[in-house]
Amino acid sequence: MDAAPPHPADNQSASDTSEPIHRPRNGRRVARLLAGLLALLAVIAALAVLSIAVGARPMSFDEVLAGLNDPASDAYPVVTELRVPRTVLGIAAGAALGLAGALMQAMTRNPLADPGLLGVNTGAAAAVVTASFFLGSFGFTQTILFAFAGAGAASVAVYLIAGAASATPARLALAGAAVTAAGYAYVSAIQLMNAATLDQMRFWSVGSLVNAHVAPTLLVASIIAVAATAGILLARPLNALALGDATATGLGVDPRVLRVVGIAVITVLAGTATAVCGPIVFVGLVVPHVVRFFTGPDQKWVLPYSTLTGAAFLLAADVLGRVVGRPSEVQVGIVCAVAGGPFFLYLVSRRKVARL
Amino acid sequence: MTDSQSPLIVEDATIGYGRVAISEGLSVDIPEGEFTVILGPNACGKSTLLKALARMLKPTAGQVLLDGRDIHTQPTRAVARRLGLLPQSPIAPDGITVADLVARGRYPHQGILRQWSAEDERVVAEAMAATDITELGARGVDELSGGQRQRVWIAMVLAQQTPLLLLDEPTTFLDITHQIEVLDLCAKLHQEGRTLVAVLHDLNQAARYATHLIAMREGDIVAEGPPAEIVTAAMVDQVFDLPCRIIDDPETGTPLVIPSAGNRGAASRARELEADALVKDLV
Repeated sequence: MDAAPPHPADNQSASDTSEPIHRPRNGRRVARLLAGLLALLAVIAALAVLSIAVGARPMSFDEVLAGLNDPASDAYPVVTELRVPRTVLGIAAGAALGLAGALMQAMTRNPLADPGLLGVNTGAAAAVVTASFFLGSFGFTQTILFAFAGAGAASVAVYLIAGAASATPARLALAGAAVTAAGYAYVSAIQLMNAATLDQMRFWSVGSLVNAHVAPTLLVASIIAVAATAGILLARPLNALALGDATATGLGVDPRVLRVVGIAVITVLAGTATAVCGPIVFVGLVVPHVVRFFTGPDQKWVLPYSTLTGAAFLLAADVLGRVVGRPSEVQVGIVCAVAGGPFFLYLVSRRKVARL
Repeated sequence: MTDSQSPLIVEDATIGYGRVAISEGLSVDIPEGEFTVILGPNACGKSTLLKALARMLKPTAGQVLLDGRDIHTQPTRAVARRLGLLPQSPIAPDGITVADLVARGRYPHQGILRQWSAEDERVVAEAMAATDITELGARGVDELSGGQRQRVWIAMVLAQQTPLLLLDEPTTFLDITHQIEVLDLCAKLHQEGRTLVAVLHDLNQAARYATHLIAMREGDIVAEGPPAEIVTAAMVDQVFDLPCRIIDDPETGTPLVIPSAGNRGAASRARELEADALVKDLV
């Protein structure tokens, strides 16, 4: 041995003289996180291609291309009028659910919160069963409108029951649980009384994208795009709120105002997504968890990552459901839970779930 | 109007939680450039007063004036550039680094169009140097000791760059060494020209570090002024029900409270029971 083993004190002084890393905007970290966002966009693009190419009816690549470009081709009705809207809807709904979940967890400082906590899912379901009980069957656009109205009414009810301006995270969670329980009881009762309602609800309530059509899809995608932009802009005040209501007040954030704005954005995002593809709780709960393992607690990264990861996850689940169930298909809500559940369990058992 | 020198004034305010008023008709001036310490027994309303000063509680009557104007009519972000607050139990998000936590103090100086700048960078570095946590920048806040963590929180408030600092029991939960460390840091911040207001539990620490004392009991102000003038055996007994002697602190010459030996009077025990019952009512 030429060199004596280093003395502990030498180690100490060596680490003392090394460059102190105090820069809040560490360049390498930002580069890594930006690269991750680009990678997510690439994954979504690849999944979108798959989603347009793959379906119950097997097609060659040329047939798919013709279906996109030539309105006279046999494939046009399937590709352009069904698969493209379905793909757009999957991206929009997944993004909305991922972001709504991240916003909900940030706002309540509760890592187990999901948009369903505001009663959005049960509210939407209650409105849809009520409408179908009284009106019989109706189309996709009406379903969206009823579900959206129900989602909005439920989250307003939860907010008011939680004490409106004096709502705290704990009171919101309790009020949400109460409204959800009451809503489920109501939905079950109506379904038991009326078999036709049960049929109409069966597919909607597991979560499905099969009903996509061009016109409502564009509307839904634009609403989600606007709400998602608003939601991502809440990152900085939410970062302040993460330090506690008192610290946030000291920093110039009014927690009451932020909660009202946050609940409104979540209701639009989750309400719209739930209305079009049914109550898919899993995405909003799990996606922000997985994202925080990678991004850390900074909402400026958590929110955009949750948006893109949610979109990729839901789209992948939808494509998978079409492949495994051929010639029929498995609803996207089921695929999300079946494929995502074990993955989430694995993550939780391996790593500490990040608190907010 | 009241003394124009005071940046922060409470005027005839009723402050409390919900319908329970802790203080009624309370008036107090926070003198500019002083290190004001609010003290008193548990449930005397000292933290409530601090919360009113920090606009966390809105008086149900009267008002709190910041720079002569009602604090609740001013935009909260503008207030946050004048007045920083370190609450009693702030929450550190899991996995956040020291540097990122301190950087969050820049919130009131940023906007959608005005993102992170070289100026923010410089202020954060200065705040970390002032609190002696520069080497901890990349560490997780959850791995720090209580004393280090408190310095990190003070750095976060310093990054806010406010001439006024409010600190709610900054030494609670710390051992004696770290209590003194935090108070020395407060004294340094005061000497650099900031106006400090802190709620403290320890009478002798308050007497040693404060340049202006506000002693409270049952929601009212019993005495206020420089410690050397107002810390007397009579005042301590009146505020804390504690018979004592006052001597000069051999280190600093400030008043030092020496509690009397032996049994305390039955009267003060009765008053204590009464105060306990009041606390339980509130909780």
